[in-house]
Amino acid sequence: MHTSTLIIVLLGLMSLAYYLGRKRSLNLVSGRVRDLHSLPSYYGLHTALWCGIPAILLLVVWISFEGSVVTSLVVDSLPQETQNLPSERLNLVLNDIRNLATGDIVSTTVDENMQQAADHYARLQSISHMAMFVAALSLAILAGFIAHRSISRQQRARNRVEKAVNFFLLSSSTLAIFTTIGIVLSVLFESLRFFQQIPVTDFIFGLEWSPQTAIRADQVGSSGVFGAIPLFAGTFLITLIAMVVAVPIGLLSAIYMAEYAGRHFRSLAKPVLEVLAGIPTVVYGFFAALTVAPFFRDMGASLGLGVSSESALAAGVVMGIMIIPFISSLSDDVINAVPQAMRDGSYGLGATRSETIRQVIIPAALPGIVGGVLLAVSRAIGETMIVVMAAGLSANLTANPLEAVTTVTVQIVTLLVGDQEFDSAKTLAAFALALVLFVITLALNMIALYIVRKYREQYE
Amino acid sequence: MDEVINRNSTIAPELKTGSGSEVGMRVLKESQTSGTVGDIYVDDPRMTCRNVNVYYGDKQAIFDIDLDIAKNQVISMIGPSGCGKSTFLRCLNRMNDTIDICKVTGQIKMEGQDIYDGGLDVVPLRASVGMVFQKPNPFPKSIYDNIGYGPRIHGLNDDKDHLDEIVETSLKKAGLWEEVKDRLDQPGTGLSGGQQQRLCIARAIAVSPEVILMDEPCSALDPIATAKIEELIDELRENYTIAIVTHSMQQAARVSQRTAYFHLGKLIEVGETDQIFTAPRHRLTEDYITGRFG
Repeated sequence: MHTSTLIIVLLGLMSLAYYLGRKRSLNLVSGRVRDLHSLPSYYGLHTALWCGIPAILLLVVWISFEGSVVTSLVVDSLPQETQNLPSERLNLVLNDIRNLATGDIVSTTVDENMQQAADHYARLQSISHMAMFVAALSLAILAGFIAHRSISRQQRARNRVEKAVNFFLLSSSTLAIFTTIGIVLSVLFESLRFFQQIPVTDFIFGLEWSPQTAIRADQVGSSGVFGAIPLFAGTFLITLIAMVVAVPIGLLSAIYMAEYAGRHFRSLAKPVLEVLAGIPTVVYGFFAALTVAPFFRDMGASLGLGVSSESALAAGVVMGIMIIPFISSLSDDVINAVPQAMRDGSYGLGATRSETIRQVIIPAALPGIVGGVLLAVSRAIGETMIVVMAAGLSANLTANPLEAVTTVTVQIVTLLVGDQEFDSAKTLAAFALALVLFVITLALNMIALYIVRKYREQYE
Repeated sequence: MDEVINRNSTIAPELKTGSGSEVGMRVLKESQTSGTVGDIYVDDPRMTCRNVNVYYGDKQAIFDIDLDIAKNQVISMIGPSGCGKSTFLRCLNRMNDTIDICKVTGQIKMEGQDIYDGGLDVVPLRASVGMVFQKPNPFPKSIYDNIGYGPRIHGLNDDKDHLDEIVETSLKKAGLWEEVKDRLDQPGTGLSGGQQQRLCIARAIAVSPEVILMDEPCSALDPIATAKIEELIDELRENYTIAIVTHSMQQAARVSQRTAYFHLGKLIEVGETDQIFTAPRHRLTEDYITGRFG
């Protein structure tokens, strides 16, 4: 039997426990729910939780230790000379044994010892599975039975169930936090390995980016210079262009939607605008690369400007268009959240609509708008696909939007695409870039939250 | 209490029999169209409303209201919730324009000028008919800027000194100057509820209106703040015409000279405040002020 079968059986047992617990509580008071401390369903839930949780915990512990215990038993049974192999070689052998036991392809020829070990492995596995099955099921039945017996008129089943719910909620929220911490730590440790090879100052203040490192000593054209400034400059240039496009258009369309548009126009235009947000970025990417970038290049040519066919301008403008719905929908929400009383107060004094918007509504909604814009900035900094396709890969340090630039995220992609060795400076540089990028977006988000919190309560 | 109030027809039998001659004289002056009991006309009106109907979409909220609003007097509008008194009040400075589905018909004149005339600009109208709302709604700006807001948008602030003067006199008239003169740069939202409401009154005064409309200005305030506002209303009467909607009949009796009673979108009775509260002539008015419903 498989573990999933066991879980289904456990769920069945829990339903049974719920039914029995509920029934017992009702029987205790012969149907008069008023005489119970909690509602009958809480007694049912209490019994079901006792039936399920200990068994599931046992299952988790068992599965997480099963592998290592079984492996060490198998290792003990191997011939002495195999046990004395260095750990990487031993791992290879163990891998073969596992593959043999499950019927996968094996990398070496199978000898007597291997076959024996594989059989041993399979046997141990099945014993462990059976034991787990028996242990989990008996624990479930035992705990459920005890909980069922303990039901009494005064038992505070509701409080206990609430406590369990509380714990579930807590563990869900900590899961997200721990995931974040895990990602940060993994990026951090890889970055530290990178900084052991390349000094931090060279990375942060270096003006040249050319990550091709030589694999063989006689290779040419592989300088391996890791100065991140051109990448961050490119990122900020493109983000700036995107914001210059997105903030005014997004904000003005939000103002129109919230304050001027009739109901019909609004009900039509708002979903259409939000469709923009639903277009995959890769579609924006080829729109930028195939339509917008050539358009800018031709236009530049007719004006006598040299615009490269992959330009920061094209990528930035298309990214700005992508972000418009983001800003307009967030600003629309905050503008609508400004109380009607503010508008009434202003109209009541004879202010026109545009005066009211400029002098009352926008100031009152400003914290929310700033927060939305900063979130959009984080989004623009993290955007990859459009830039890969439309802005090119060459790490130019330039403030000229008509030239090709590259961004941090694009470089991370190119560094990690294809076959890589995971201890070269070239690959590890991706983690260092990710770390710096993470710090920057985190700082932006914190500033956004701070601004929003500081000014949030102004009206009320 | 299921009376249908048809115009002209059912009103008359419901009139309470008073001393015959006096009632007879009054009836002559009553409106010929709306069926309102009492004297809708005054000698020296600031605003005159004739045949005012208000619709929210298909639903009619106000039926054929005729009413004069006298100069330098406080008129209070009372009636059960949903009777249309606030809606009527908001017609007087066209605040209902901000509601898309709201339609107003009839004639409301101020100094002989129809305020719903297409050619009339709503900006000067609202400057001369100010409004104070149920919940104090200071802008999230400093106290000074709250008062200065109106004068600035109407271009009354030729120079800084003049604006300072407007702010000071407005706050003084609203009885708030002594409390806030040292912290004019602090946000108006930081004041107490009663102070905020007086700030809103000062804000309305700052554009020197002729009429001030108040929509339940004390309903969010404690008794002490309410007393201060009522005192203020009495003082303001000297220079302004005030129309106030209130749920408190004691308040109506304390601050107003005339009272209008609304019921289900109709103006049932209007008259001197003393008369309305001591000798109402319509049964609905009597039932309401004696607390039989409402």
